[in-house]
Amino acid sequence: MALLEIRHVSRRFGDLKAVDDVCLSIEAGEFFTLVGPSGCGKTTLLRLIAGFEEPDTGELLLDGQTLAGVLPEQRPVHTVFQSYALFPHMTVAENIAFPLQMAGRSPDEIRHRLQDALDLVHLADKARQLPHQLSGGQKQRVALARGLINKPRLLLLDEPLAALDAKLREQITAELIALQREVGITFIFVTHSQQEALAVSHRIAVMNAGHIEQVDAPEQVYGYPRNRFVADFIGTVNLLPVEVREAGNDRLRLLVAGVGEIVSMPAAARTGERGAFAVRPEQLDIIADGERPRLDNQFKGTVQDHLYLGDVTIYKIALPNGAVLEAMRANAAPGRARFLERGEPVQVGWRRQAGVYLRD
Amino acid sequence: MRRTKRSLWLWAAALAVYAFLYVPLAVVVLFSFNDSLLNAEWIGFTTRWYALLFDDEAMLGAAANSLLIALIASALATLLGTLAGIAMQRWPVGVLRCLPLLVLAPVAMPEILLGVSLLLFFRQVLDLTLGLISILIAHVTFSIGFVAIIVRVRLAGLDESIFDAARDLGARPWQTFRHITLPLIRPAILAGFLMSFTLSIDDFVITFFVAGVGVTTLPLQIYSMIKVAVTPEVNAVSTLLMALTLSLIALASKLAPDALKARA
Ligand SMILES: Nc1ncnc2c1ncn2[C@@H]1O[C@H](COP(=O)(O)OP(=O)(O)OP(=O)(O)O)[C@@H](O)[C@H]1O
Ligand SMILES: [Mg+2]
Repeated sequence: MALLEIRHVSRRFGDLKAVDDVCLSIEAGEFFTLVGPSGCGKTTLLRLIAGFEEPDTGELLLDGQTLAGVLPEQRPVHTVFQSYALFPHMTVAENIAFPLQMAGRSPDEIRHRLQDALDLVHLADKARQLPHQLSGGQKQRVALARGLINKPRLLLLDEPLAALDAKLREQITAELIALQREVGITFIFVTHSQQEALAVSHRIAVMNAGHIEQVDAPEQVYGYPRNRFVADFIGTVNLLPVEVREAGNDRLRLLVAGVGEIVSMPAAARTGERGAFAVRPEQLDIIADGERPRLDNQFKGTVQDHLYLGDVTIYKIALPNGAVLEAMRANAAPGRARFLERGEPVQVGWRRQAGVYLRD
Repeated sequence: MRRTKRSLWLWAAALAVYAFLYVPLAVVVLFSFNDSLLNAEWIGFTTRWYALLFDDEAMLGAAANSLLIALIASALATLLGTLAGIAMQRWPVGVLRCLPLLVLAPVAMPEILLGVSLLLFFRQVLDLTLGLISILIAHVTFSIGFVAIIVRVRLAGLDESIFDAARDLGARPWQTFRHITLPLIRPAILAGFLMSFTLSIDDFVITFFVAGVGVTTLPLQIYSMIKVAVTPEVNAVSTLLMALTLSLIALASKLAPDALKARA
């Protein structure tokens, strides 16, 4: 039995469907991530799980028991808010111990578990400080410890890293993964950063306009996006409009108008239908012009632009039909920003295993 | 060049306004120490007017009344105003939507209007004998709004999500109030109490209408004395009242600086 079962849950605000017929089932011990653009309903879904909103239709089950009518303070679900929501008049220790205090634990037990929690998030030396004396990362860790200390069945994290700078985000992301593994509590993590989602999750749900577009493991979501939205939202992708020429058992032939034919792995498609072919920049190879074709798909183009990012350089390659593909190339040789100049004729290609066909 | 000229004008205007406000007060204070029965010229320093004050039975009685009324009225106003402030901030829905207006109206209402209407209400509707009780009720009435504003401003300045967080972490509503809301608004409650206290102890107009014949407060006593003449004793009692009021306001503004700013 799944830990949390979300069955056809909808929540509207006036005319707006903030959450639209969402079905999810989350397993115990999972690090589950909700990702999607701003306003797609992530926070509303979390508030439904925490009990601050009730669904208009549908049902939530925790451990097989319905959550209908169960107040937020009665649910074994704790939240780490985006703004941390630390109590400004309480010390770090008092903040973290608050859930135990409310649950009426004995002072002895509180002292023990507080010490453990402080150690867990490396804040033992800050126990007596007030929230306003802490850095952003430290506040974030206090909020995390406070959410974990009473061992909820489920910890909800609403963009907990949004207020931190890039360097700290990376560090705390790593800490978060380790922490979740250590405590074994199920996390539902909300972010609108697809990179974060890919880095931390066991499974990712991609949300768009209130509904779920795809739920899968990170490598599935990235490698086999189910539709244009997912392909575009998770990572960078080149999308080429195509027409299906042949939908065989061993291959797919797709026509790109004005460029040529793409050979790809078999997929659900009907001959003659239109769709898009999605391929990632790192799957593209750039080959000097005139060199003999050695890839399944190889087309002529010109270098239109390049963008030096340090570890890699992004090249924009214009195809004869005007479409522009982004290709990524690692800068393994130090001190060299680019290998190709603007206007240089090249070939761009990829293996048939790369890229996916997406139906419209 | 032009700028300095303009700012010079600004300074002069500001100075004039402050002088207009504070010179009369300074004169009162000064003459309360003047060794002359007339408020005309400076003769020499004395504290005998203050000594006289503490021998004046009527004055002491009025002061005792004022203190008693101020204490009880501000305690009641603080309790009710705090509840109103919380209600206005947390549940701005339904009938409560007009609560702010109802609570705040007495703050903006001309005092004389409030005085007359309270008098009519006490006499015609309640058939109450005017005295301590009627003054008390009147003072509570005009103080509630001030307390409510101060408490509400304080609440509005807090991160809304901490109340959700408290619930989320297992606090029942009264636990949230006890552990989160109350400690956080305590300075505002105290400031509200001090404000009510100064309002009550200084009030003349409304008290004048609802006091009846038997009971006198300090401002009423001062008024009845200056009907005869502005004696140095009046200067002395005014100085004391001023000192008390100013120190209470200073304390209140220290406790809830944002709240008192928002009042203006
Ligand atoms: N209480 C409410 N009343 C009316 N509309 C609301 C309410 N809460 C949310 N909405 C609307 O519902 C939609 C979803 O909001 P939600 O906060 O869930 O988005 P989100 O995915 O968390 O966005 P973000 O990434 O910006 O935090 C938005 O259009 C928002 O304006
Ligand atoms: Mg949100």
